[in-house]
Amino acid sequence: MNVLVKIAADINVQEALNFVESPDCGGVVLFVGNVRNETQGRKVVKLFFECYEPMAIAEMEKIAQHTIATMGISRIAILHITGEKFPGETVVVIAAAAPHRGVAFEACEYAIDTLKQTVPIWKKEFFEDGAIWVAAHP
Amino acid sequence: MRVLLFGIAKDIAGTPAITTTAVADVAALKEWLYTQYPALRQLRSLMIAVNKVYANDEQSLLPGDEIAVIPPVSGG
Repeated sequence: MNVLVKIAADINVQEALNFVESPDCGGVVLFVGNVRNETQGRKVVKLFFECYEPMAIAEMEKIAQHTIATMGISRIAILHITGEKFPGETVVVIAAAAPHRGVAFEACEYAIDTLKQTVPIWKKEFFEDGAIWVAAHP
Repeated sequence: MRVLLFGIAKDIAGTPAITTTAVADVAALKEWLYTQYPALRQLRSLMIAVNKVYANDEQSLLPGDEIAVIPPVSGG
């Protein structure tokens, strides 16, 4: 298999890299998304992620298969956490490997952009004085 | 029909799963949801997934379908 998709309480950059690295791939591009400590000037205490896991896995698989089938990369790993995370902690990791770097950059960007639009995962942002579901309202 | 709820939709309904009256299709389900939980109308979008796939308004709902309410996603 050339695709790894995973949702877990903790994810690991090295696992994604180990999965995609291969002697035929000269370029590996890695995206790591971490919890930021502020949003529009408000201090973020923590994030809580909820997911509809079987559908989220299926949508992540679709993204991964699209990059392999149409973007020219050889291997891809998409990992996302669920549950509670604090500033600095990792919530998403995407690694794409290809014979040459250009398509790996493109695939990595496509994968994170599409994940944010289609994968049923929801993020609740906790501030010192309240909490909101991110992007829920116009 | 049993319907799964997530994120803010779960908070609005106050439960992770509800049972609806019989509804023929996705459009009818959305109308039922908006009537029961008017706050859902304030959301940026409201999608319905049937058997773990996004469904359009015309899609019929059949007994045994796994139905889920998908408020605006915000992963990553």
